[in-house]
Amino acid sequence: MDKHHSNIEHAHSYTIYIWVWISLLALTGVTVAVAGINFGAFTIAAALIIASVKSYLVLTIFMHLRLEMKAFRVFVAVALLFVIISFTLLFADYSFLSLR
Amino acid sequence: MDNDAATAANDHVSFLKYKGKYKGIRSWILSTDHKRIGILYLMALLCFFALGVTFGFLIRLELLTPGKTIVEPQVYNEFFTLHGVIMIFLFVIPGLPAVFGNFFLPIMLGAKDVAFPRLNLLSWWLYVTGGVLIIASILMPGGPADTGWTFYIPYSVRTTTNVIITGSAAFLLGFSSILTGLNFITTIHRLRAPGMGWFKMPLFAWSLYATAWIQVLATPIIGITLLLIIVERVFGVGLFDPALGGDPILFQHLFWIYSHPAVYIMIVPAMGVISEIIPVFARRTIFGYKFIAFSSIGIALFGSLVWAHHMFAVGMSDTGQFIFSFLTFMVAIPSAIKVFNWTATLYKGSISLDPPMLFALAFIFLFSIGGFTGLIQGALSVDIHLTDTSFIVGHFHYVMFGGTGMGIFAALHYWLPKMFGRMYNLKRAKVAFWIIFVGFNTLYFPMFVMGWLGMPRRYYDYLPEYTIYHQISTVGSWILITGMIIMFTNLIQGLRKGKVVTERNIWGGETLEWTIETPPTHDNFDKIPMISTPPYEYKQNETEELPEEIIH
Amino acid sequence: MSTQEQAVVHVHRDDIGSRMGMWLFLFTELLLFGGLFFLYSVYRFMHQADFHVAAKELNVLVGTFNTAILLTSSLTMALSITALQRNNKKLSVFFQLCTILLAVAFLVNKYFEWMTKIHHGIYPGSDEYLAMESGRRLFFALYYVMTGLHALHVIIGMVLISVMTRFTVRNVITHDNYVKLEAAGLYWHLVDIIWIFLFPLFYLIT
Ligand SMILES: [Cu+2]
Repeated sequence: MDKHHSNIEHAHSYTIYIWVWISLLALTGVTVAVAGINFGAFTIAAALIIASVKSYLVLTIFMHLRLEMKAFRVFVAVALLFVIISFTLLFADYSFLSLR
Repeated sequence: MDNDAATAANDHVSFLKYKGKYKGIRSWILSTDHKRIGILYLMALLCFFALGVTFGFLIRLELLTPGKTIVEPQVYNEFFTLHGVIMIFLFVIPGLPAVFGNFFLPIMLGAKDVAFPRLNLLSWWLYVTGGVLIIASILMPGGPADTGWTFYIPYSVRTTTNVIITGSAAFLLGFSSILTGLNFITTIHRLRAPGMGWFKMPLFAWSLYATAWIQVLATPIIGITLLLIIVERVFGVGLFDPALGGDPILFQHLFWIYSHPAVYIMIVPAMGVISEIIPVFARRTIFGYKFIAFSSIGIALFGSLVWAHHMFAVGMSDTGQFIFSFLTFMVAIPSAIKVFNWTATLYKGSISLDPPMLFALAFIFLFSIGGFTGLIQGALSVDIHLTDTSFIVGHFHYVMFGGTGMGIFAALHYWLPKMFGRMYNLKRAKVAFWIIFVGFNTLYFPMFVMGWLGMPRRYYDYLPEYTIYHQISTVGSWILITGMIIMFTNLIQGLRKGKVVTERNIWGGETLEWTIETPPTHDNFDKIPMISTPPYEYKQNETEELPEEIIH
Repeated sequence: MSTQEQAVVHVHRDDIGSRMGMWLFLFTELLLFGGLFFLYSVYRFMHQADFHVAAKELNVLVGTFNTAILLTSSLTMALSITALQRNNKKLSVFFQLCTILLAVAFLVNKYFEWMTKIHHGIYPGSDEYLAMESGRRLFFALYYVMTGLHALHVIIGMVLISVMTRFTVRNVITHDNYVKLEAAGLYWHLVDIIWIFLFPLFYLIT
């Protein structure tokens, strides 16, 4: 029935996982190497961008997000949006602060 | 199972008499039936409510005269902390979702149970454990927390009272609330009856959906904040402690990132209840179904953006203050949309003033006052004057008690006969309503006045010129409590000895719970219903269209 | 009749629903750490130089090694599900045991890392800790709280996976009913994602 169907769709092959793993390790190497170079303010941005790419790989492949119903991806977007908005508003206070 | 006939008979008996795996009390406290869990919540909730009311009563009694009236200042601090913690975490937040949401959400969706019945039971146990911990903190040496329900640092790190116990209790209660929310979101996504599209869902379900998202996303923030207080007290890491370089204002930010959305966890389900009751007792299709549904989502969304309006007096940056004040005004819009739509539904309806409707109308009236006074404090300059005065106490109680409290009372009068198959005394319920209404306003309205005149909140002592307001307010608390005692005795007596109701549709509602037996059977539905029409179809009264000017 | 049968025999099972519940739970975990990430960003913003200097005291090599361990454990977790989907129970159990083993390795590493710091007198309440500049102290406060909470999640995940291994051995989890294993896997990957962010924020901002 419906659920069995969804189980079959829910499979990735061994090889794709291994490729993702290799990319994750490679990206870890890159982020360590890049950290040694001083880009100024861009250093932290580079680290965070690489971390985001890694998380994206884990989310979509390891966690099967690509195979799930659309609702799941909307959910993740809502949760991330909540974090980002709260973060932005928090800094609406802190980045304009002179005292304290 | 003995044989098919017996099983069939058991299937058709009311859930109150259903024989499951366990007998006696265990058939309740280990039941995974959403209806029984709803009633378990109701029982526990009413006990904690009684406790919370008692502390509220004692606060008011202490304030009857300036200086000492009944207790020492330290005990008074513990009173208002316990009143706040119990009322917020044990009564108002779980009140509607955990009791009536559990009982009626699956029924309204045409399902047999929630998505995760065992998780549902776990969340009740967490709730009770949290409640018991709070009571334990009162009895243990050191005494209950005296920080106020806000646990502000640095005082919550310095005080010698049992902050750790009260804090972990609140943590457990938050976890329980998260599990309820998670359960409801999955239930609504996965278990709607065939044919029930999103816009054929009852508005109560919509409101629970919006609430559940806030529960899932915002509650963890208070969880980590409470954990950090505990870590701070045990290890002294210095993350918030100004003596060690931490920023106590950052604690307030984290606290309110949850606690402002939490007031929407409290009020939105009540709005859902009102949206159910109004069309039934006005005998009209609800006006602006989609507006009401989306405004619940809108409140959840905007409500997450305004937390720092609780901190206008702590020294935030000017830009921050401006942004948060502006957003606070925005969040009034979806609430106002709801009030307009309810009023438009009432317009030209044939209104019957049964007890549920009386409480619903009181909700609209009192919530509007609460909402407007909220806007007054959302304005930056005015708020500097009003911060930490009893004005905010008045505002908060108009919204939370006048809003959610009345919503819970309305729900009790609306659904209890359905849940237990017995009717309370209608006349006595109306008398109780009027006493409550008068007592409520006598109790809380003077708080606006004295707050405006400068009476600080949470103070043990006050200047003699405030005496008259405090005395009116305290007398109001006596009237209110009298009304509530009449109301609850009437309800409880009704459940035990009241007229037996077997009629399915007691009030003439159009949602699914009124199509099944009273009280419901274990499986709710003999056959899962097929849905083809939207809820709230009162065609017989829809002879004429609304006049143009209402729409514009 | 069939309706009668449904009422009695019907065992409700909805794998999509179960996974949905798990994802929602993961969001709460994400936000739990989210609160700490807020703290980190604000304090880093206020004490940039101190954070920069303090981060140099952490061992990048150990951090990188632990990252590799955790990423590999994520791989074995994902592989164990595919193995089960292909009805290869033995291989699935093998991969699950690998995951647990890697988790242990991660924790052992973490233990020695913490111990080194504690030997140097850097821990909450020590004289050295109280005498530090505020920024450096906040860095280590965050370091202990965040990696500590993360380690706690690693332990919970380990226990969870052990239970799943037991279930797999006893055929509670089978090739056509493995949503429990998937849920444990989701949890494990989230623990991994959190580390993916913790690693650069603490070890690489020098
Ligand atoms: Cu607020």
